Amino acid sequence: MMLANFLGRLTWDALPQDPFAIGGSLMIIFASLTIVGLLTYFKKWKWLWSEWLTSLDPKKIGVMYIIVALAMLVRGFADVLMMRAQQALASGSNTGILDANHFQQVFSAHGTIMIFFVAMGLMFGIINLILPLQIGSRDVAFPFLNATSFWLFAAGMLLINASLMLGEFSAAGWLAYPPLSETQFSPGVGVDYWIWSLQIAGIGSLLSGVNFIVTILKMRAPGMNMMKMPMFAWSVLCSMSLVVFAFPILTVTLTLLFLDRYLGMHFFTAGMGGNAMMYVNLIWAWGHPEVYILALPAFGIYSEIVATFSRKRLFGYTSMVWALIAITVLSFSVWLHHFFTMGASANVNAFFGIMTAVIAVPTGVKIFNWLFTMFRGRIYFASPMLWFIGFVIIFTVGGVAGVMMSVPAIDYQVHNSLFLVAHFHMMIVGGVVFGFFAGLTYWFPKIFGFRLNERLGKYAFYCWFVGFLLAFIPLYILGLMGATRRLDHYDSSLGWQPLFIVAGIGALTIALGVAFQVLQLIVSIVQREKNRDVTGDPWNARTLEWSTTSPAPVYNFAVLPEVHDRDAFWATKQSDIKPTAIRYHDIMMPKNSSLGIIIAGFAFICGFALIWHIVWLAAIGLIGAIISVIIRTTDDDTEYRITAKEIEKIELAAAATRKIAV
Amino acid sequence: MSHKTNITVSKPDQGASLKNYITGFIASLGLTLMAYLAVTQEAFSRNILIAFITGLALVQFIVQMVFFMHIGNETKPRWKLLVFLFMILVVFILVAGSLWIMNNLNYRMSPEDMDSYMRSQQGF
Amino acid sequence: MSQAKTTIIKRHLPEEDGDSKTIFGFWLYLMTDCVVFASLFAVYAVQRNSTVGGPSGVELFSLPFVLIETLILLTSSFVCGLALLAARRGNKQQTLILFSVTFLLGLAFLGMELSEFRHLVLEGDSWRRSGFLSAFFTLVGTHGIHIAVGLLWIGVMIIKVARTELNKANLRRLTMLSMFWHFLDIIWIFIFTIVYLLGALAI
Repeated sequence: MMLANFLGRLTWDALPQDPFAIGGSLMIIFASLTIVGLLTYFKKWKWLWSEWLTSLDPKKIGVMYIIVALAMLVRGFADVLMMRAQQALASGSNTGILDANHFQQVFSAHGTIMIFFVAMGLMFGIINLILPLQIGSRDVAFPFLNATSFWLFAAGMLLINASLMLGEFSAAGWLAYPPLSETQFSPGVGVDYWIWSLQIAGIGSLLSGVNFIVTILKMRAPGMNMMKMPMFAWSVLCSMSLVVFAFPILTVTLTLLFLDRYLGMHFFTAGMGGNAMMYVNLIWAWGHPEVYILALPAFGIYSEIVATFSRKRLFGYTSMVWALIAITVLSFSVWLHHFFTMGASANVNAFFGIMTAVIAVPTGVKIFNWLFTMFRGRIYFASPMLWFIGFVIIFTVGGVAGVMMSVPAIDYQVHNSLFLVAHFHMMIVGGVVFGFFAGLTYWFPKIFGFRLNERLGKYAFYCWFVGFLLAFIPLYILGLMGATRRLDHYDSSLGWQPLFIVAGIGALTIALGVAFQVLQLIVSIVQREKNRDVTGDPWNARTLEWSTTSPAPVYNFAVLPEVHDRDAFWATKQSDIKPTAIRYHDIMMPKNSSLGIIIAGFAFICGFALIWHIVWLAAIGLIGAIISVIIRTTDDDTEYRITAKEIEKIELAAAATRKIAV
Repeated sequence: MSHKTNITVSKPDQGASLKNYITGFIASLGLTLMAYLAVTQEAFSRNILIAFITGLALVQFIVQMVFFMHIGNETKPRWKLLVFLFMILVVFILVAGSLWIMNNLNYRMSPEDMDSYMRSQQGF
Repeated sequence: MSQAKTTIIKRHLPEEDGDSKTIFGFWLYLMTDCVVFASLFAVYAVQRNSTVGGPSGVELFSLPFVLIETLILLTSSFVCGLALLAARRGNKQQTLILFSVTFLLGLAFLGMELSEFRHLVLEGDSWRRSGFLSAFFTLVGTHGIHIAVGLLWIGVMIIKVARTELNKANLRRLTMLSMFWHFLDIIWIFIFTIVYLLGALAI
């Protein structure tokens, strides 16, 4: 398989040949050149490098994650518009706008991008921004590792975008089942791009999982014992526990597929002792925990928002914690429900079906607790709260569909139909994406120092909510009528086209919602002085992150807060104790470092070279990464000191502009 | 020559002592040799042999966890232990579950294979 | 602006305990590595009989050879423990010698393993021959790669400590290195039992 050629199997043929790939590539190139041009014109390269790219501050890293994730949302959404257009048009004699191969690449790219780069990116971004502040800490446990995780994520993103410009992407779905994903049936570079962008980004995720668990367990403010921690922090702890134990399974499974493809092994091949079902088994043993990895932090965000905007403390804190723990443990026991139809006997299906029904219970507990929090609260329907209401409706509908499918007999009817597609989109979009939009809106002032335009935010929500229902309710109906997923064409006599057209209109409505969000951002930036958050606490909220300035100083807290209650900040606001004069101490902070970028850069090179079978380049990438890791891990000079005097200056200046006493 | 430095191990890895390492080493040595000899000498019947060496492996696992990795010696809160136990749970579910599932898929083979399989499994 | 000099009582700042954080983080990483090996064991167990007419464990494995490998690795894990004790006592020379012995024993182990692999490949029983052999080479080979990484780490630490001293940072690194090395011997217990011993019994 390994060619001795200098450039492996990379030839001029790799350049884009069809209009969509050419168009997409040109857009990426144009956008990149625009950014480069602006940076050069405004002479901002040094600023970008030292303030952002080499920073180890999680508040900066979080913003970068979100920017990358939102850029990838645009690409994933472009895939949506193409798929909806195709399915709305391709009835009977009309073949639509995409041929089969391209349609397959589009839905494969859509799923891969949305899960791994949009959802995971937004999640890690929000955690970086908010978690340390919320637990009263100055930083995460391992700041350099944190930065490296981000750059590995970015390297994976670069690889998947490179597939648009050089070669092709996988046409094997977002999970690349063998034997289709083996060399015999996918000899091109597509599946290899898929493997390596996920492998590299996945290692970043795994390291972040370790990082955030240690942060939560070891770096909480004095007095904040576990049962006084904010619910968002609990949800992160549980989600990261899933990351830490599930992602290794993905790492192994991707490696085994890689070994089949590159070294002629027989893990999943059709024949020679391979067993393709083992892939399905392993990938879902990772895949099911993955969806809870995404959902739990979203639930945590809702807990914060519902309490703040109901002006009431969260109902049933203890049961919420136990619900999170139950979901975490149970999520390792349900994975077979993703392949009920693939051959197991009734005993096996029954066990996993029952466990799947059971795991719906703690989730239900959480929804009731949120509703009980609202009951007799003084509710203020700011847009974060609207996203929450939208979530309750959509997630409940989707969840009920899920409980239906937990019954194997029903699942046999709707497996891999559009009914399934509607279900999981309701969970991921209605549950996870709405949660992240709510969180971004809620915490935006804390991150950037000014509020988002509320009216445009509401318009965006209504478009998303209505558009989403228009796009997916028809899919439930189509699924029950027998429409399978991933169809690029269907017979006109089926009468499906009107429903697909409605779904297409829904997608366009969502696009309008996205346009409102972009507009909201632009208008808010233009009006930032009017909307400046001077107090640090624009929503009259309850948790510690709101006790800092907006944005918080690089060290988060000049003096680590002493915590005595849940909703620690609310407690200090309620008590009338005036803080007495504070004595500041020197603080050690991590120095900037470019090694994170370098390590990820070598990882990118290695991945790219492996995809194109350029052996010498892959070796350089691997060795470069190893040497960079050795350099960093033997470095003893990684911190710098902020003196007490400097801190005092910063704090006094902040107090002067804020309208509260220090 | 030996260089004296001020070493402040904030929480010394409790349990790291010469006695522990020697105990662990001797025990592991014995357990390894017992398993090896049991197999090469065919000391027991097949099923008992399998159970025996599996048991020896689990014992050696615990021995090395206790004496080399000092797992018993954490002060509260015992996060290392908790994380370890959760890992054991996940590993158990993953391995046992996978074996159960993969073995079970044989139920739905081609008619002739399924026939012979069901006969062998269920005494039809 | 003058301020009254009332002070808040200084209390133990959690981030000062850098060692406990890092050691725990590394422990957590080792737990994830356990799941990696568990997945590989699961795959191996599923494919243990997928020999496709080719050789199985009974034909391929030499138990005396594997016993020697096992004893070498076990001894190296023990010596590593002694090396860490020496480091804790601040004895730089003993530390360097004991880690060097650990290294040599690990190298011997890896050498034996590579020679076993080489023999199999030359006989035509490489990882391409069957699902069983793919699983064997990958499971045992992944352990071998970890050993190689460990050897590299030992080498780097020997140089680092030789050049500097047994300060807090190096002690922390040596502690993690020892944890890693012990972990590899623990995984080997399972490979020895499940792959080689049970393989010889044709399970």
